Amino acid sequence: MSFAIELKNLRKSFGKTEIIRGTDLAVLAGERVAIIGPNGAGKSTLFNLISGRFGPTSGEIVLNGQRIDGLKPFEIARMGLARSFQITNIFSRLSVFENLRCGVLWSLGYKYAFWKFLAGLDDANAQADKLMRMIKLDRKRDTLAMNLTYAEQRALEIGITIAGGANVVLLDEPTAGMSKSETSRFIELIREVTVGKTLLTVEHDMGVVFGLADKIAVLVYGEVIAFDVPEAVRANPRVQEAYLGSALADAQAAAAGH
Amino acid sequence: MTPSANLYGALGARDMIIWALFAGVLLVAPLVFSSGLGITMLSQVGIAIVACLSFNMLLGQGGMLSFGHAVYSGLGSFVAIHALKAAGAGTFPVPVSLIPLVGGIAGLGFAVLFGFVTTKKSGTTFAMITLGIGELVFAASLMIPEFFGGEAGVAANRVVGASGGKGGGITFGPQIQVYYLLALYTIVCTAGMYAFTRTPLGRMLNAVRDNPERVEFIGYNTQRVRYISFIIAGFFAGVAGGMYALNFEIATAEVVGAGRSGAYLLFTFLGGATFFFGPIIGAVLMVVAFVLLSEFTKAWLLYLGLVFLLMVMYAPGGIASLIMMNLRVAKFGKLRGLLGWYALLALTGIVTFCGVASLIEMVYHLQLNEAMGPVLHFLGLDLDARSAATWVGALAVAGIGFALFEFTRRRFAVRWGDVQGEIEAAIRAREAA
Repeated sequence: MSFAIELKNLRKSFGKTEIIRGTDLAVLAGERVAIIGPNGAGKSTLFNLISGRFGPTSGEIVLNGQRIDGLKPFEIARMGLARSFQITNIFSRLSVFENLRCGVLWSLGYKYAFWKFLAGLDDANAQADKLMRMIKLDRKRDTLAMNLTYAEQRALEIGITIAGGANVVLLDEPTAGMSKSETSRFIELIREVTVGKTLLTVEHDMGVVFGLADKIAVLVYGEVIAFDVPEAVRANPRVQEAYLGSALADAQAAAAGH
Repeated sequence: MTPSANLYGALGARDMIIWALFAGVLLVAPLVFSSGLGITMLSQVGIAIVACLSFNMLLGQGGMLSFGHAVYSGLGSFVAIHALKAAGAGTFPVPVSLIPLVGGIAGLGFAVLFGFVTTKKSGTTFAMITLGIGELVFAASLMIPEFFGGEAGVAANRVVGASGGKGGGITFGPQIQVYYLLALYTIVCTAGMYAFTRTPLGRMLNAVRDNPERVEFIGYNTQRVRYISFIIAGFFAGVAGGMYALNFEIATAEVVGAGRSGAYLLFTFLGGATFFFGPIIGAVLMVVAFVLLSEFTKAWLLYLGLVFLLMVMYAPGGIASLIMMNLRVAKFGKLRGLLGWYALLALTGIVTFCGVASLIEMVYHLQLNEAMGPVLHFLGLDLDARSAATWVGALAVAGIGFALFEFTRRRFAVRWGDVQGEIEAAIRAREAA
């Protein structure tokens, strides 16, 4: 079996503060992994390292067998890794359709072409249309992204992320700021659109974690202290001590029906 | 190159009508404004349209605020004028009709060179670097008289080999012949730049404007997007520069100067950077301001500054956005109810303007034309700039006008908000249906 993503003794310091302290993680292709941990554990930093937003101080990141640490975000994206953002990061003055089409263009090989008309790119347009239906925004085709509701913007965020057909998808708190009913619908949506892909997601909401993940990685102070199936992670005494023991987490898990 | 077949596929019937109208206006305009001044101005409008549209590829479509766009149009002018000179001397066999293209290639070349540095960064840093390069090229233009011709500039004669009936009697001597050549370039360049907005690179440039960070995560190198777009903008700026050289038969240092770069910025913004056609409006205003307004009053730059200031504050989308907003209102059948307000706003605005303009003109008169006596002729009145009563009167007109205008504007703003709310509701109702 091959690993989609491997982190080997990954370290990242900002000044004298070491945020990621020797993280090791190996995710199999097709696995859905939730990364949890208390505030300041370094979850978002980890995503920023994997996606190339920051370069690691030391250690290796391997994507589908190739090292990607130190590469630029667009180089990593071209190798089949896509990510979403915790704070919605979309093209605000473009329509829903244009947002998605922008996400599609590189993967179909159109690169920096200025000698072809977008209207003639049948494959890109069909793909963007398909994505629009998948994230259920087909009725908002020509609405500018900035005029969407918050939940719609979050859906568009996911749509742009998966548009390029990446096989490894990182979602940074996809349901942040959503209401309960929106969240459960949204998890269903994420599940649908990431079928067959390797999924890493950072989440605070335990309901989401248990609803979505095959495996859970617990990150505490820059180290992965546990990485296993949800039941085993829940039973792990170190995890209980560090994080999961809180009554709130249990309540959220119960509410999600687990 | 046969883009027409592709264009037809990408354009709807409405677009075709608009393009036909645009071409028609350019064709017919010199028959309407047939005076010498009219045709001179129309020629300049054509040049300004290409220049402002190319500037807006950076500002409106790419979010790149350039303070040095005249570098590319200006250097295009210089290379073009040298080419024209060489063509006249018989050392460089290029048809006069292709001189703007020579300018374009020069603009492209310099954009390749300087753009490599400027487009490394975006935002404020980009703006600073363009300012620096603008100053650098302007300084160089004074230091290298061999190429830039020093204070006098470089002159050439566009009537090359006028002896024979070569080219079916087209010598480009008469201004009208030059106009039609420039009009052709204007149409082709406008179409080319419009086509660019509908290509993958053109769309990614919009994406870079909106959110450069996200673009990096969907596989695009933002620097590369900016750089290629900058080169294309440089090409069209160079074409505008070549058109300028052909039209004026001279290029002086001011064509690469900060003043011209500033004019591109100001008028593109006034016309409206958020819509493709905005800079075309800006270009017309630019020529009207430079040629007519400057004849009319010495204080024209001050008026221009005032208009720019008000535009930035109250209508940052420029004239184009004002037009589009009202078209939207009209589409929902609500424009009629606003016409009365517009009349009131115009009336009170004109009163305010008359008061303010009288004050400005009196100040200018006292400073510049003192020798001609204290009385100045303005708006059909004889204003005595030395009499306190005139000043009090002008101040009163300005003050009362402004109070009335502001009173109207506030009420109008509320009404406008209501109309927008009604339109939003209508849209939502339509979506729900």
